[in-house]
Amino acid sequence: MTATANGVALELRDVGKEYPGGVHALRHVSVDIQTGDQVAVVGPSGSGKTTMLTILGTLERPTSGEVHVAGRNVVKASDRDLAGLRAFEIGFVFQGFHLQDGMTALDNVANGMLYTGARLRERREAAKGALERVGLGNRVTHRPPQLSGGEKQRVAIARAIAKNPTIILADEPTGNLDSKSGQSVLELLQELAAEGATLALITHDESIAAGFPRRLQMRDGEIVGDERR
Amino acid sequence: MSATALRRRGLPPPERGGGRETARLAPHELLGVALQGLRTRRLRAALSALGIAIGIGAMVAVVGVSASSQANLLSTIDRLGTNLLTVTPGTNFFGANEVLPSTAIPMIKHMASINQVSAVYAVPNANVFRTPFVPSTQTGGIGVDATDPGLVKAMNSSVASGHFFDAASETEPTVVLGAAAAADLQIEKATGHIQLFVGGTWFTVIGILNSMTLDTSLDDNVFIGLPAAEHIFRVQPSPSEIYVRANVNDVKSVSSLLAPTADPQNSSGVSVSQPSNVLEARAAAKGQFTTLLLGLGAVALLVGAIGIANIMVISVLERRGEIGLRRALGATRRHISAQFLAESALLAALGGICGLLFGAVATWVYSIGQNEPWVVPVYALIAAPAAGLAIGAIAGLYPAAKAARLSPTEALRST
Repeated sequence: MTATANGVALELRDVGKEYPGGVHALRHVSVDIQTGDQVAVVGPSGSGKTTMLTILGTLERPTSGEVHVAGRNVVKASDRDLAGLRAFEIGFVFQGFHLQDGMTALDNVANGMLYTGARLRERREAAKGALERVGLGNRVTHRPPQLSGGEKQRVAIARAIAKNPTIILADEPTGNLDSKSGQSVLELLQELAAEGATLALITHDESIAAGFPRRLQMRDGEIVGDERR
Repeated sequence: MSATALRRRGLPPPERGGGRETARLAPHELLGVALQGLRTRRLRAALSALGIAIGIGAMVAVVGVSASSQANLLSTIDRLGTNLLTVTPGTNFFGANEVLPSTAIPMIKHMASINQVSAVYAVPNANVFRTPFVPSTQTGGIGVDATDPGLVKAMNSSVASGHFFDAASETEPTVVLGAAAAADLQIEKATGHIQLFVGGTWFTVIGILNSMTLDTSLDDNVFIGLPAAEHIFRVQPSPSEIYVRANVNDVKSVSSLLAPTADPQNSSGVSVSQPSNVLEARAAAKGQFTTLLLGLGAVALLVGAIGIANIMVISVLERRGEIGLRRALGATRRHISAQFLAESALLAALGGICGLLFGAVATWVYSIGQNEPWVVPVYALIAAPAAGLAIGAIAGLYPAAKAARLSPTEALRST
């Protein structure tokens, strides 16, 4: 933990990712993201944004190069260590929400902490707090089919932040939303991240990226631009 | 606000301290996840569990039905007693029938450890007709035996209608019918007014017997008293079968002494048997038959197991999104495979329990129909769910391994 309290939260060193069939999703990518930073990753589809995010999120290992997440060497760590890292340090938000329709909003959020080993009562308590923080205190017992798109994404955000991760990774979180609810989801994410987490967000929308203090521009598996405001 | 400050509002610190946090999933949480997985796909779960239920149900029914009829036979044996010994003339070296000497019965009666002795004597050339007008060749296969008043008690049988011989009626022209013989002659009740034409003389029907389970060949005969046979037909019949009730604890020793006692000069011409052995052998034979049917049940079970494996493979493919999400939330590969293994095992165990109920009900219906005791072996109560659990675990191995191997990113791309 101490390694991430100040310093580098996410670090890629000369990272390459090749998929079977010779597709080079990433080539020679090196980037440092400081703790507490908010970074937007922009680029056309197929530019390697999502691949970079899954490597940062330890869901995949790179073919070459080094990756450090929250002070830990991803390339050398075991599956079990990486799972622990994801369970405690990383919160994911996806374009497709990935909520379970059969469960209430509360249980969807509580399930986000299933693999931390916390008890159900503790998980539900934390989930209730998280739903209140995303403004869904009155939707606790609703199931996903009863919620609007914006509300669903807020539940997904609550699931990501309920365990107080140090890193939040979002892949096109507004992609399935209209511009108004997209805007409010974005503001919520930035606001929550500002409370103490590092945020990396993928988007292909330049206007969304414009609201971020740091923007990484990607094309053909390489970082072609790194702007700070 | 710093990260540490934020922590205080989240999960309790002991769960996350040290910086080497590992992902965990307690067994009861795993069970909850597996149940949740089954609950969200109820119909599918029910149908695939049905395959196992049918297989296990068939096996439980087979075991139950055979246990029920075995229990029935054994209770019959208990009721009839295992201490009855039968002495019959054997065949000699040349295959000709031996004859028991007329001294056999008095000799046997002098033995120790004997409770009761009774005998039947074949009356030669005597046939039974309803009237003298029936052609003499249509005998109906009904034989005539002379006997003594102790026969019914020795055979542990009973009288269905009327009464058996006593000291008075055994000297008179009276006849008692075996169960099958009465049915052949179409006589249902011994009213005392029915007469039969036996060996050229009218005999009054005074009784009809219930079946004599220990020697059902007697059911085809009609019985007359020995004194009546001697003075009406003027024959001195030799015993064709002697029934001996021995003390329960001495059956073995009595059995070995019976032949030399019955015919001291030619003991090899006497054969001694224990009718209850035949029934016991039949009970054992029913158990043998079960093995074959159990094999058929095992085939049904195998088909059910393949069905579960099949449905789990499909389930893994359909639930790639869920698997990816769980991996993103911190599940290890092992957590994922454990989840699918648990679902599969749970599914089959539920099938096993349903199968146990099916089988028990089927056995119950059968036992009512056959008027037998209802028996479901105790081991089936444990074996049925356990077999389901084991089959499910085996059937789930491949799907679980497949789910664990799935790349989480591929899973998350599907929206």
